[in-house]
Amino acid sequence: MTPDVAEPAEVALRAPAEIAALRRRRYAAERRLRLAGIAAISLALGLLGLLVVTLVVGGWPAFTQTKVRVDFPVERALVDPADPAAGNFRKVVQLGVAGLFPEATTPQELRAAGKILTPGTQFLLRNAVIADPSLVGRTLTLKVPAADPYDQLAKGLVDRATPEDRRRLSDADIARFDRLVAEGRVSRPFNTALFVNPDSRFPETAGLAGAMVGSALALLVCFALSFPVGIATAIYLEEFARKNRTSDVIEVNINNLAAVPSIVFGLLGLAVFIQTFGLPRSAPLVGGMVLALMTLPTIIIVTRNALRAVPPSIREAGFGVGASRHQVVLHHVLPLALPGILTGTIIGLAQALGETAPLLLVGMNAFLTSTPGGLTEAATALPTQIFLWADSPERGFVSRTSAAILVLLGFLIVMNGVAVLLRRRLERTW
Amino acid sequence: MAALLLAAIGLAAGLAYVAGWTAARRFAPPPGTTQHSLPSYHGAFVAIWVGVPALALALVWAALQGHVIDAALLRSLPASLTEGRTEAALGLTLAEIHNVAEGRIFVPPAPEVVEAAERLNRWRGIARAALAALTLATMLGGFALARARLAPRFRARHAVERALTGFMIACALVAILTTAGIVVSLLSEAMAFFRLVPPTEFFFGLRWEPQIAMRADQIAGAGAFGAVPVFVGTLLIAAIAMAVAVPIGIYTAIYLVEYASDRVRAWVKPLLEILAGVPTVVYGFFAVLTVAPAIRSAGTLLGLATSPNSALAAGLVMGIMIIPFVSSLSDDALRAVPRALRDGSLAMGATRAETVTRVLLPAALPGIMGGVLLALSRAIGETMIVVMAAGLIASMSINPLDSVTTVTVQIVTLLVGDTAFDNPKTLAAFALGLVLFAVTLVLNIVALAIVRRFREQYE
Repeated sequence: MTPDVAEPAEVALRAPAEIAALRRRRYAAERRLRLAGIAAISLALGLLGLLVVTLVVGGWPAFTQTKVRVDFPVERALVDPADPAAGNFRKVVQLGVAGLFPEATTPQELRAAGKILTPGTQFLLRNAVIADPSLVGRTLTLKVPAADPYDQLAKGLVDRATPEDRRRLSDADIARFDRLVAEGRVSRPFNTALFVNPDSRFPETAGLAGAMVGSALALLVCFALSFPVGIATAIYLEEFARKNRTSDVIEVNINNLAAVPSIVFGLLGLAVFIQTFGLPRSAPLVGGMVLALMTLPTIIIVTRNALRAVPPSIREAGFGVGASRHQVVLHHVLPLALPGILTGTIIGLAQALGETAPLLLVGMNAFLTSTPGGLTEAATALPTQIFLWADSPERGFVSRTSAAILVLLGFLIVMNGVAVLLRRRLERTW
Repeated sequence: MAALLLAAIGLAAGLAYVAGWTAARRFAPPPGTTQHSLPSYHGAFVAIWVGVPALALALVWAALQGHVIDAALLRSLPASLTEGRTEAALGLTLAEIHNVAEGRIFVPPAPEVVEAAERLNRWRGIARAALAALTLATMLGGFALARARLAPRFRARHAVERALTGFMIACALVAILTTAGIVVSLLSEAMAFFRLVPPTEFFFGLRWEPQIAMRADQIAGAGAFGAVPVFVGTLLIAAIAMAVAVPIGIYTAIYLVEYASDRVRAWVKPLLEILAGVPTVVYGFFAVLTVAPAIRSAGTLLGLATSPNSALAAGLVMGIMIIPFVSSLSDDALRAVPRALRDGSLAMGATRAETVTRVLLPAALPGIMGGVLLALSRAIGETMIVVMAAGLIASMSINPLDSVTTVTVQIVTLLVGDTAFDNPKTLAAFALGLVLFAVTLVLNIVALAIVRRFREQYE
């Protein structure tokens, strides 16, 4: 710029046409920058849209589950009403399958036909009979989840035009299934198993219940630790601490902790909580403690901002009527700052809910087929469950991973929505 | 048991509060004086004396009981079970005793083990009873001490406020303790690692094959721990991510600051924030499911050899994740440039674009640099995207279509699963963690310093 100013004569001597050309070039540059900005924003938002669309399209099918209605003859010869748990339910399942396909006579055919039902069918049957022993001796009609390949077939995710040797299902398999469809035995209700079942090796019976309970327990621990400690730290730094070397060190510390990669917290949890303190691996207690350390800086920072937003006149009025510093803070400043603190805490907890890496290191990625019953029992969390399912080779887990992500995102949206509502409702400007 | 104890302590503290409160209500201060503290402070004073020592006792007890009983149990074992056994074997015996004591019997245990299990259960019962009795005694003692001090002129409020301040200071120290815990645990495990593998090999070695060291009795000599390929892979993926995020982020910020109307900004900013709020495991899945296959088929179309888990896929997706960091920090930096600079430039007849590129960007450069450095530290420390989308094998390559591995991927793969803290494989993860922590810390400190100085310049 400066050289131009130094030689004004040269600019003045330019011909009008030259000036017009120069202006056109300058305006073109202006348009280019504007277009580049629009392109950058469209690209970023387009990628966000692509992400959401991929997940919704991929995850949608997993919210329904193909089921086959089968009549199982629960014969007395196979199941003893006095001790139903010990019954031969494998055989009952075989009889049920044979009833579906009376023309199948060879063992090979029957075995192939049996694969339409989930391998967990006999356990479903057993649980039903244990719950109601009077079923013994009668025919039990049950809607059984179809095994994953047939579920994919029913949802139209398998291309029937693929050559037979490159499909998981042979032409005979497909013909059998089509006959069931024609008989009206196949239905596709909402996949409640996704929400009430724990994890399973088989996609058709795998659910998120265990992961959701594990996440809830870990978040509970995280909240119980980080909320009081974070608020107390913030109050101390903002209202009590004298400005000196110590309070500076604590401040710098908190700012740096907020930027430490999450996996380092996982290393800390592994080395200190599990290795040194001997707390159990995979437990929501340890996961929650690690998440609490990660959430702590967030809560401290938002609490300090909320305290700072309370005008000094409130404090001075309190001091004026003879309240002590503690009374001013606890009775007046903190209640006024609470909406802001709560909003920030919810956002911090939402971050903790989506955190995966530290939980992997403390072992919350175990394969568990039961829901955790307590803080020290092994558990998974929603994000680690997503990671586990994303690694599973069965095709059914692909759509279930997307569905699990949608569930996780749903929780995050609800939490952030509550935070926004709280802010709108309760926050006041002075 | 623990929950019951906590509930009992809480209940006792509540009762103590009521007792202190009622006592203070009945005070008749000597004539000419007034009562110093409100009854609620007297109540809180008693409650603190009842609750806090008991709670501390219970916590210390819970931390120590297991170790003490195990040590005593080991000493009580007959020589036939302990003689000449290594620590690991003793640990196995101990675990067996614990299993038997809790009724989880897999193989018929030896009679000595059964005996020890019975002893364990007996001792645990004694410990429980002792804890209950001691807690009760502590609470009663605390109550008696505190109750005796209550008087009209007793400064209960001062005592309670001192206790509260102490609690707040203790909480503030948690932040310092966390940092100290990170540094100490990383350093001590990394030191243990460097005793097994010389630092020169780790920092300058070109072969990273930690898998081999898993085999038993091969700790010395086997496995290669030269971390240079891992560092190169990390930098490659981070560079790809920055190449995506920096231009998109800065152009977005320029548009939002200079051109966008308020309505557009009100819509675009929160949408961009969503990109930062999506959990990283979701990005990882997106990379594996959508981006990596797309890059692979594009590569095949162009006749390029593309790895199924190419650095490009992981880097691209990581770049998407980082866009909002760059854009919001650049946005702040551009906005912080004083209005006079912008107006001056426009008044001289410069177009908006010229104002942006020749006045605003140079003036905001330090702030933008700070933002870019913070984003870089995010990219280096990001874990899930690379764990899911990048490779496991450390190949020395700067070809974005190759599969490379990163520091965080190696930490996760080395530590997930069963971990014993005595072989270089697991310890190497801590050495990598130390490097990661140090690098991100330096980046953050530098970035924050730049941003702060930049802000001060215009304030």
